[in-house]
Amino acid sequence: MTQILSPLPGTFYRASSPDKPPYKADGDSVAVGDVIGLIEVMKSFHEVKAEVAGANVRFAVDNEEPVMAGAVLADLD
Amino acid sequence: MLKKLLIANRGEIAVRVIRAARDLGIRTVAVHSDADAEALHVLIADETVNIGPPAAKKSYLNVEAILKAAADTGCDAVHPGYGFLAENAAFSDAVTAAGMVFVGPSGDAIRLMGDKVAARSAAAAAGVPVVPGSTGRVAGIEEARHILTETGFPVMIKAAAGGGGRGIRIAGNLAEFEQAFPQAEAEALAAFGDGGLYMEKVIGQARHIEVQVLGDGTDAVHCYERECSLQRRRQKVWEEAPSMALSDRVRAELCASAVRLAREVGYSGAGTVEYLYDDAADRFYFIEMNTRIQVEHPVTEMITGIDLVAEMLRIAGGEKLRLRQSDIAVRGHAIEVRLNAEDPVNNFAPFPGTVTGLRLPGGPGVRFDSMLYAGYQVPPFYDSLLAKLIVHAEDRDGAITRLTRALGELQIDGLKTTKPLFLALADDPGVRAGAVHTRWLEGWLDAHAGAVAAAAQL
Repeated sequence: MTQILSPLPGTFYRASSPDKPPYKADGDSVAVGDVIGLIEVMKSFHEVKAEVAGANVRFAVDNEEPVMAGAVLADLD
Repeated sequence: MLKKLLIANRGEIAVRVIRAARDLGIRTVAVHSDADAEALHVLIADETVNIGPPAAKKSYLNVEAILKAAADTGCDAVHPGYGFLAENAAFSDAVTAAGMVFVGPSGDAIRLMGDKVAARSAAAAAGVPVVPGSTGRVAGIEEARHILTETGFPVMIKAAAGGGGRGIRIAGNLAEFEQAFPQAEAEALAAFGDGGLYMEKVIGQARHIEVQVLGDGTDAVHCYERECSLQRRRQKVWEEAPSMALSDRVRAELCASAVRLAREVGYSGAGTVEYLYDDAADRFYFIEMNTRIQVEHPVTEMITGIDLVAEMLRIAGGEKLRLRQSDIAVRGHAIEVRLNAEDPVNNFAPFPGTVTGLRLPGGPGVRFDSMLYAGYQVPPFYDSLLAKLIVHAEDRDGAITRLTRALGELQIDGLKTTKPLFLALADDPGVRAGAVHTRWLEGWLDAHAGAVAAAAQL
């Protein structure tokens, strides 16, 4: 099992804006370089790109939840 | 006089408001999110209430939680600070409806000034020069073509319901205009549910100059102007008072026009009337009025000796203006720089973290407004402003020299901050000469990355 970690502390978003679908739905496959969410740090937004590939993504953090740097954002098979 | 004040904000401005309230013998209630339990405004307030999770919309923007905190603690007033709910007309109305005093103007005044078209009409009615353009919403392409005879090119097409730079298009000639106008209309309708547009002449190179006003609902005075031309991405980073560009005649006209507007709208509290000043034409134009205390208010306090936040609290408590215009005079020159948790050597990337050590500047003419203390953990959830360093001296040269001295004393360990930017700017001949405009800093940054990097090594 592999994990995607948050590169920064801040607020995690699963979609680019509230009226858009999430970058990844639960159960999707993830390729290296795929954007899986955004981290808002001090009002600036940073894309979280997967550095590992895997299947059946399961998010460990809800949309709009605070995260610390290094926190697990998602698990992959 | 007010008895107990809830401060609906965080960071340095919450600390600033608590200090003014304390000086007037008003008890203070701080509200905070889960992420701010150890914040300075929480540590120094008389009482504290946790109003929710870190995300601002669940805490500092949560009107229901804030009103409940105010009621539960028996507050008779709410100060909104700046940002968050400060210019939210519905919040002002809700505070009033709950039987408390909103420290700021009425919901109606906030609504009027928040609607760009209505604000422009009010300014024109008060005889305040506005940027040549439409007097309100443009009825259609025929009227738009007629307005072009006044504005010329380039011309800006703005969505009436837009804001923060969104919904703006610039046309450089008639062909571009004919294409851009219908597109802007469709976009505004899609983005804001309101296809209303207005048009404005683009002022090529201008300074940002703003006038501080105080009103009691009937009368109004000004506390002279500030110049905030040094901006990055439309954010002010360095502010001064007075402006280095105005003649006495233009200064008098500018400040008088701001007072006329404040009186025209029956303004109550502290407000700022913002202008563009075109050096070449020696003309100023109204942009907007901000119905709140502003980040850069201390430079005005330094040159006039007036505590603007205390005056806001007195006015909110029902007092008439204590100051007549003839009581207000300018002494010397003040500069404020915004120390943000950003790395100026790395494209101003945000840099939250823990303040492992802190050495503060001091001595004559130095003021440091901040929420920092050694051991404080700067949360990543809010804006990056850590502190404002304000210096005051007899003249502008003296203020810049003092700024360099105070920046040298200041040491914030554990974080990257914008301090190196200000060391480099204070050392720049262009800044010394005051030959700046609102787009000057971005060009300077492109050309002076080395100077900022060198200052970061000091």
